[in-house]
Amino acid sequence: MEKAPAIELKNITKTFGGIVANKDVSLVVNNGEILSVLGENGSGKTTLMNIISGIYFPDHGQIFVDGKEVSIRSPKDAFDYKIGMIHQHFKLVDVFSATENIVLGINDGKKFDIKSAEKKVKEISDKYGFIIEPKKKIYEMSVSEKQTVEIIKVLYRGADILILDEPTAVLTPQETSKLFDVLRKMRDDGKAIIIITHKLNEVMAISDKVAVLRKGEYIATVKTSETNESQLTEMMVGQKISLNIERSVPDKPERRLVLTNVSVINNEGVSILKNVNFTANSGEILGIAGIAGSGQKELLESIAGLQTLKSGSIIYYDPKTGKEEDLRDKTPLQIRNLGVRLSFVPEDRLGMGLVGNMGITDNMMLRSYRKGNGVFLKRKEPGDLAARIIQELQVVTPGTETPVRRLSGGNVQKVLVGREIASAPTVLMAAYPVRGLDINSSYMIYNLLTQQKKNGVAVIFVGEDLDVLTELCDRILVISGGSVTGIVDGNTATKEEIGLLMTKTADGKEGE
Amino acid sequence: MANKNDAKTVKEPLIHIAKRSALPFWQSWLIRIASVLASLIVCAVVIVVFTGDNPLQIYATMFKGAMGTPRKIWSLLQSLSMLLCVSLAVTPAFKMRFWNIGAEGQVLMGGLATAACMIYFKSMPTPLLIIVMIAASVIAGIIWAVIPAFFKAIWNTNETLFTLMMNYIAMCIVSYFVYVNSVPKGSGKIGVINSDTNAGWLPVIGKYNYLLNIIIVALLTAAVYVYLKYSKHGYEIAVVGESENTAKYIGINVKKVIIRTMILSGALCGIAGLLLVAGTDHTLTRDTAGGRGFTAIMVSWLAKFNPLYMILTSFILAFMEKGAGQISTDFGLNASFSDIIMGIVIFFIIGSEFFINYEIRFRGHKIKKIKEAGVK
Repeated sequence: MEKAPAIELKNITKTFGGIVANKDVSLVVNNGEILSVLGENGSGKTTLMNIISGIYFPDHGQIFVDGKEVSIRSPKDAFDYKIGMIHQHFKLVDVFSATENIVLGINDGKKFDIKSAEKKVKEISDKYGFIIEPKKKIYEMSVSEKQTVEIIKVLYRGADILILDEPTAVLTPQETSKLFDVLRKMRDDGKAIIIITHKLNEVMAISDKVAVLRKGEYIATVKTSETNESQLTEMMVGQKISLNIERSVPDKPERRLVLTNVSVINNEGVSILKNVNFTANSGEILGIAGIAGSGQKELLESIAGLQTLKSGSIIYYDPKTGKEEDLRDKTPLQIRNLGVRLSFVPEDRLGMGLVGNMGITDNMMLRSYRKGNGVFLKRKEPGDLAARIIQELQVVTPGTETPVRRLSGGNVQKVLVGREIASAPTVLMAAYPVRGLDINSSYMIYNLLTQQKKNGVAVIFVGEDLDVLTELCDRILVISGGSVTGIVDGNTATKEEIGLLMTKTADGKEGE
Repeated sequence: MANKNDAKTVKEPLIHIAKRSALPFWQSWLIRIASVLASLIVCAVVIVVFTGDNPLQIYATMFKGAMGTPRKIWSLLQSLSMLLCVSLAVTPAFKMRFWNIGAEGQVLMGGLATAACMIYFKSMPTPLLIIVMIAASVIAGIIWAVIPAFFKAIWNTNETLFTLMMNYIAMCIVSYFVYVNSVPKGSGKIGVINSDTNAGWLPVIGKYNYLLNIIIVALLTAAVYVYLKYSKHGYEIAVVGESENTAKYIGINVKKVIIRTMILSGALCGIAGLLLVAGTDHTLTRDTAGGRGFTAIMVSWLAKFNPLYMILTSFILAFMEKGAGQISTDFGLNASFSDIIMGIVIFFIIGSEFFINYEIRFRGHKIKKIKEAGVK
């Protein structure tokens, strides 16, 4: 077997402003080889692939294709070097047929001839075992068929190096195994394939080598045959770093929120949450860990009254009256009118939690404007609250009337968290509250959450950094593909343990 | 290595367009005034090239045409207030990002209801008749506005197309009504309604024909301003317009706000129809709304949905219209020529918004900026 390096990256560094997305990453992929790039969210996988496919240009470092140094400045350059990328989100014209999409944008100087194009598409699909109808329109296709079109599109253009960005995220297990068969055939044909994923079982099943990234840094490349899942998890999550977040012992925890068999189905009929059960206690921080998009968003929105449940119940125990209320099928307003003081810091701060074009005062009013019977708004109280939050949380802003979208990410988050805490909640949910924040702002948020916990609030914290989760939370619920794969004790759990639960498929067989 | 890359880097384009951070108030107005002056210069060139007339004379005539005599000033104020009234009607919907371009039809329906009351209930005592007319015109406007709002709220249909189509239906209904009630029979015109008894004509204050309309619209302007800025409803409209997700998150019933706001929008259009038919025209034709439903969109946008600024923008448009009419008669120019001038001025006014929101940087500027930033 001849194995020459098809593409080689040396010391690639890419920064966005002050954030380092890739730091000194080096990789080699040989012809006839499948390389998995493994890493958590935000570890820089997609940035790296975008560099190879010409969407970003690296700050430092070299790229070699077939042993020659190249400079890839645009996707067209990448295509000239026979590099083809299959994106996670398909870029196809819905009303065109498969063949029309495949030949779209090809400019070889020849007369356009759909017949011969169809013939060539047929040849490619026969060669690698794709199943495709060249004349079928995209809008009539399933997700897996669309993906096939994307792959044939790059092969049609003569790509020898294929990059697939999380190709299995949208596929059923059967479709995944079909895709893997095709990939193996392509490998045997001498193509170099890079596949981005965070599913360990797939890494083990398909790849020859695994390159691991962690927080933008390149960790190592190992041969798949010489490693195992737990070693990869360890490489992926890294050594434990001590953050010194204060964690007090929960004071008299009592059940506050009990979810039973909660299931949610989205508009496309895909199951997002499957029989979720858990209890959130007062005076405790419950962490929720999981790969992004595993159903965390829908889980919090279900509790907040923003998702329609397919089944299950969400029981709230009122600490004052001891009454039980089922929050299922209630709107956010109905939940509030029941006297449930539920605060929610959503992931999309400016698109959901706040109104970007309004000042801090008007944003404070979102929660309180209904107060009183009058027809007119009272700006005094929200104005005072705005001033208090600016002072107490050290929000850097020109004034209370400056639109919040002009503030930095950390300040936006302080405004949002400040408002949500101000209403003296009994349940506080926060989704990725420190994403994009600098160290100081992050610690301020941790302290605020801990303070709420000490006040007897049931805090639910959705996070992505396992170091933070294990230091901040009393218990950690791990969610994978919409199912709870485990609830662990925050004091004793290790990152490896959580990492394995995060990548575990709910019923072991499915992922194979 | 680095050099090699630099050599290959594509040359920086000559001009960059970059979004500005907000400009101080006076600077943005300076740009607007400059754009009006620039438009007058361009118009002058066009005038000289195509007609050979003295542009300054033409401008003086325009001014004379719009504000030359007290009667003309009254007429200008009347046009201004009717345009402003329709603009006020569309503004709450626009603020909610509901693109109601059906004001034309909503006004017509209001006018139709008014005319119908005037014709069918002419024997009613005048005060009662006027109350019935007000109710009927408001309800007619509301019905025409709420149908698309309802479909938008429940099935998320496209409100732009829907409201536009409703205009044509309204026009056809009015045509039919005019045909059925035409005086004399079969003439296709209603003529002045109740010219003998003046039944249903809105009262005239003193000898000023248009004063009542102007006062009503002035009151409405203040009311809409306060409603949008200081009321809870106004706040909800702003939140729904800015971000529907935030509105849902905070527990605002988005459907309810859409329908409620369109009820208001339709009611104001109905009143505009009432003022046009019972207050000034005293007749009904397909053209009663006179394109105000569409011009109002421009008035509202140019004023950034602020009812107080809308007084100014509707003044500019009404002034241009009256002035342009005058030059076509005085100079014997084709009516299209005044449209050209009006088009140029409006083009510049709209274009100035681009320069307020964006700045143009030439090559080399960017490097300087980065250096400055580096020093910081």
